[in-house]
Amino acid sequence: MSAVEHRVATAKTIRARGLITNRTIDLIVHIIFLLIGASGIILLALIALFLMMEGLPIFEKISFWDFITGTEWYPTYVPPDYGILPMIAGTASVVALSALFAIPLGIGTALYLAEIAPSQVRSVVKPVIELIEGLPTVVIGFFGMVVVAPWMQNTLGISTGLNVLNAAIMLAFMSVPTIASIAEDAIYSVPKSMREGALALGATRWETIYSVVFPASLTGISTAVVLGLARAIGETMVVLMVAGGAAIIPESIFDPVRPMPANIAAEMGNAPFRGEHYHALFAIGLILFFITFMFNAVATYFANKYRQFE
Amino acid sequence: MFTLLSLTALINVLALVAFLLFIAINGIQAISWSFITEMPRASMTQGGILPTIVGTVYLAIGAVLFAFPIGVCTAIYLNEFAKDGFWVRLIRQGVVNLAGVPSVVYGLFGLAFFVIILGMGVSLIAGALTLAAFILPLVIASAEESLRAVPQNVREASLALGATKWQTIFKIVLPTAFASMLTGLILGLSRAAGETAPIMFTAAVFSTAQLPSSIFDEVMAMPYHIYVLATAGTNIEETRPLQYGTALLLLMIVVILNLSAILLRNRLQKRFKRYN
Repeated sequence: MSAVEHRVATAKTIRARGLITNRTIDLIVHIIFLLIGASGIILLALIALFLMMEGLPIFEKISFWDFITGTEWYPTYVPPDYGILPMIAGTASVVALSALFAIPLGIGTALYLAEIAPSQVRSVVKPVIELIEGLPTVVIGFFGMVVVAPWMQNTLGISTGLNVLNAAIMLAFMSVPTIASIAEDAIYSVPKSMREGALALGATRWETIYSVVFPASLTGISTAVVLGLARAIGETMVVLMVAGGAAIIPESIFDPVRPMPANIAAEMGNAPFRGEHYHALFAIGLILFFITFMFNAVATYFANKYRQFE
Repeated sequence: MFTLLSLTALINVLALVAFLLFIAINGIQAISWSFITEMPRASMTQGGILPTIVGTVYLAIGAVLFAFPIGVCTAIYLNEFAKDGFWVRLIRQGVVNLAGVPSVVYGLFGLAFFVIILGMGVSLIAGALTLAAFILPLVIASAEESLRAVPQNVREASLALGATKWQTIFKIVLPTAFASMLTGLILGLSRAAGETAPIMFTAAVFSTAQLPSSIFDEVMAMPYHIYVLATAGTNIEETRPLQYGTALLLLMIVVILNLSAILLRNRLQKRFKRYN
């Protein structure tokens, strides 16, 4: 009996005895992959757990309500002040203003790509948008600092070019691609028959886009907008470098602000390990985590509705 | 109205062009052979940026080394094994939410978990693991896309020939999808190389005396270097050429990686079209 025949025979006996059937192998492989497949959800749980472990202790010193409504942030004073309302206002103002630019630009680009663009143009613009999405945000922040800020300061005659407006423009630059690419998918997937139906009824191309295609893809577009906003809320380097860094509640779009992610990034290096300041910064991280979590939940809700429509 | 819509698309393209041109024109003067092969001199105001390049390459490769196998296995589970049910929806939702977690929060997590609890300290390995967590959702999504692109009849043909499920997956589905999974790997590399916030508290320092020699060494990294040179210290104006040079080099790395991923994907898409 040759070695190969011998091995085949052994394998046959093992299988015949029912020790390692193909079914068992499939089951074992299935279980291994199930365990690895769960890594995403385990990671998410770990992130939440550690944020709570390191962030919640601050609420023994100060109530949650005082934490989010306090207007003074002086973590190194004696006694320290831990009020993050200025940071919340900073994030809100920067993101809201950037949404004013990013939403029309993102949806406009998506409509253009899906409905109007000739295929050659489309094959150029789509990669360009993907490229913008992948740009390192630290370089976008750097551009905002050394190019846009001095220009803004000189042309508008304001005291600093590092302000809400500048940060909002830079955030819009990086969140338009997110909005455009997801919205384009939604618009593109509107069935051709609906467009043809509208055109057959005598609607012009613009009327078809405006009153048929756009409403039909509205839930998908909403998903895109919400995800784009979530990205802007969590973005750190751009606001750290461009927003100005002052922990004040802004009164105009030319005021410097200190959004939540910027505050964490700027101060974590100096906060004594497991001191109050450290816990306070983790608590800001925890709040940020929940805000983006909520935005994602809303986006998922829209996305599911949109799938039902299909 | 159509003009208005084309205008919005045009603004994107123009913004990118202006952005790239500005960094390129100012950065190109700073880049030379010695800039990428020498250690910094005169407390970071002169000389090259070799240690930041080495650090960034190590961090990005380390991150992909962890994230790619896990991401591909997760995608295989979701796309090949799992039947639609509560568990799968939970995992999928987990991945979607993971993708939305702000990068600075990953930094906090890495600090609390890898640096402190696991005792890795501020190190290459802690930074690589944090970045791996950060790029995991991206790798999963792109690997899933690759698996979905494999035509169903290929799987059915394999099963019909008597192959078991895992034989079908490992000998038919994976080899077919692997080339396109590489796009996910390249995108992961580029994302990890360009990200700053996750490594700020876990791996990166402004200055190291030598190149890293162990995975528990602190490292310098290009994105962090740009940030610190541009915002802190007393020589902000003096080191401007260094900042532009580093920014341009980082941009080139990221853009080249992304472009090759896009090109690879477009070529493969054409190949799959023939399949169907």
